[in-house]
Amino acid sequence: MTPKNAPGLKTVEADKSKAAPAKKMTGAEIVLRALADQGVEVMFGYPGGAVLPIYDALFQQDKVRHVLCRHEQGAAHAAEGYARSTGKVGVILVTSGPGATNAVTGLTDALMDSIPLVCITGQVPTFLIGTDAFQEADTTGITRPCTKHNTLVKDVNDLAGAIHEAFHVARSGRPGPVLIDIPKDIQFAEGKYKEAADSMAHAYFPKTDPDMDAIEAAVELMAGAKKPVFYTGGGIINAGPAASKALRELAALTGFPVTSTLMGLGAYPASDKQWLGMLGMHGTFEANWAMHDCDVMINIGARFDDRITGRTDKFSPHSQKIHVDIDPSSINKNIRVDIPIVGDAGKALEAMIAVWKKRGFRADQEALSQWWKQIEKWRDKKCLAYQGSDSIIKPQYALERLRAHLAKDKRKQFISTEVGQHQMWAAQFLPFNDPNRWLTSGGLGTMGYGLPAAIGAQVAHPDALCIDVAGEASILMNIQEMSTAVQYRLPVKIFILNNQWMGMVRQWQELLHGERYSESYTDSLPDFVKLAEAYGGIGLRAETPAELDGVIEQMLKTDKVTIVDVRVDQRENCFPMIPSGKAHNEMILAPDASQFDKKLV
Amino acid sequence: MNTSAYRTKSRRGQSVYAPGPGEENIESHTLAILVRNEPGVLARVIGLFSGRGYNIDSLSVAETDHAGHLSRITVVCSGTLAVIEQIKAQLERTVVVQEVKDLTVTGPYVDRELGLVRVVGQGEKRIEALQIAESFRARVVDSTLDSFIFEITGTAEKVNAFIDLMVPLGLAEVSRTGTAALARGGITERIKE
Repeated sequence: MTPKNAPGLKTVEADKSKAAPAKKMTGAEIVLRALADQGVEVMFGYPGGAVLPIYDALFQQDKVRHVLCRHEQGAAHAAEGYARSTGKVGVILVTSGPGATNAVTGLTDALMDSIPLVCITGQVPTFLIGTDAFQEADTTGITRPCTKHNTLVKDVNDLAGAIHEAFHVARSGRPGPVLIDIPKDIQFAEGKYKEAADSMAHAYFPKTDPDMDAIEAAVELMAGAKKPVFYTGGGIINAGPAASKALRELAALTGFPVTSTLMGLGAYPASDKQWLGMLGMHGTFEANWAMHDCDVMINIGARFDDRITGRTDKFSPHSQKIHVDIDPSSINKNIRVDIPIVGDAGKALEAMIAVWKKRGFRADQEALSQWWKQIEKWRDKKCLAYQGSDSIIKPQYALERLRAHLAKDKRKQFISTEVGQHQMWAAQFLPFNDPNRWLTSGGLGTMGYGLPAAIGAQVAHPDALCIDVAGEASILMNIQEMSTAVQYRLPVKIFILNNQWMGMVRQWQELLHGERYSESYTDSLPDFVKLAEAYGGIGLRAETPAELDGVIEQMLKTDKVTIVDVRVDQRENCFPMIPSGKAHNEMILAPDASQFDKKLV
Repeated sequence: MNTSAYRTKSRRGQSVYAPGPGEENIESHTLAILVRNEPGVLARVIGLFSGRGYNIDSLSVAETDHAGHLSRITVVCSGTLAVIEQIKAQLERTVVVQEVKDLTVTGPYVDRELGLVRVVGQGEKRIEALQIAESFRARVVDSTLDSFIFEITGTAEKVNAFIDLMVPLGLAEVSRTGTAALARGGITERIKE
């Protein structure tokens, strides 16, 4: 094994003779200067005692804008939404103690979904650390397992370097959240500013170039495949728009079917005929069966999550597997693969295209057409079909209508979600044709994610259409961010599929826990129309299928934050479903639900 | 990387309702980890083990290169081959970790542990303890009329064997370091002056 840090890049000493001695600045000024130098335009945060010097410095400059959220968790998710929708690093500024602990959920969410964030937390002065001071928490201790890296800055002269390094670490390799904890006395202290280029004392350079021998072997395997499938994930989104383009080119060259994880939606156009839909626990019949029956699986930037694989010892039993991942620890973690390739998804895809072309490969057309015939048979199952109704709004129907209206809307569209049934339905029914347009909490499954994420996306794209597809339970977890949307005139649309239940919990209780609906019904819900109005937004409601189109039309025209309370069928379940611990070929479709093995638990 | 090491069935990643892992071969590996010597670095490495449910059998850590700000952590850990591979991959991707070497895989290495062993006894037993200590090349570092403290260095097995022999002879207390280990031969770079 070789050291991962390339030699020669270890220390870039500043040429001290070059510039005049740097002007001394306070720690707080250093923070703002470093953020501006890193190209930060907007950050999300909430002030408090231990960050007041930084907020004071913020007030006295005009390069970095600040969006005041209403809760630090909201700030963190907004920064995530900003990061996912732009590909840039999201920045959060919060105070010590409760400010930091409230941000923990957002940091963990970003770690699980590989979202680049830099979180700056205030800390009590260095001489009070360890004394149980007011609003003191061991922030670096608490966040160590939920950040990619974190550091407590104890010397003002290290501050600029720490911030530059944080940005570098956050966006390099597999992206993730980095936290910098800055005691209040360090914010006041005077010290020297260091340029980004002079700050790479401990450079971190993960491998991004794929091994070409492995690429050759992978492409050879692909060329001989009879029943291939591309299994793509969030790694392609994180690798930038060029990676999505490369995926489309490789899929077109080979003619192979493409499926994707929840995180990877948008990397491949849902409108394309080679698209199988999402795979996994609530993925399509055709995608999961293709995964089960394939002979060559090409995993690009996905990590064999348990929601994808189901039962691991019965996962795709007859295939040879290629796995491209930028994180070596993702390889062979859950599923053993035959050709592991550590590297950037985009670079790997481009290398595969080059090899495929150079060696003049052509897919086995006869086998492939047989394979597509089989896939068509699976498609004919129409696994997303549901029982329509004239009197009750089916949640799927609501999303189909939303989809129809979105197709006519010319604006750039960003869809975020909360977590639960509505999230899975959104993934199944809404079309995702471009990367970075789909903002959802995949790994951590954070209820309350969608509204602040949509706010973050809207801040980055003021003219775009940003819709949070929500459930009535999730939305209440960060409803206070309505106030943020009103303050910054962000016309985010919140499309609530309101069934008065924690739908996914209720579904599992019905199917797996003997219909004992323990604490999953939400009594005394607020009137969402009045709630929206109370915040200064607009509230709309649809109670029958007939009202739906008019309400959606109205929603798309509003210029303020808007809640649409769509009253949907309370008993609708989300299918297809692979019960956890079952294999892909044990999937349950809506008509089979009555045969569900209720003694499973 | 040795891919055949991956051929064992994965233990982790089972769904909550899935059947648990079966019986598999547990191996013990000695890892030499070079880390940036900064506050919290030990907590980060240890937290990785506890957070992901890996087992540490022994641990030793100290700064070994002052000028280069490097510390060396030697961890003896146990698990299936797949788990050991995961441990290494997880360590390697940690920002503060400079290098991870699996000494058990990379070839011959020297490993030593140091134990301080207090034995309390008189007469025959006392003489017996002293004789055994001699054959183990343990040194007497403290002595009273009815007790010794022996200092013993060697592999973990040797220290274990010595302690086991002292049990009937009045073993009172033991303090031991974790394993320190280095690969044999002249392969690594010299620490800067």
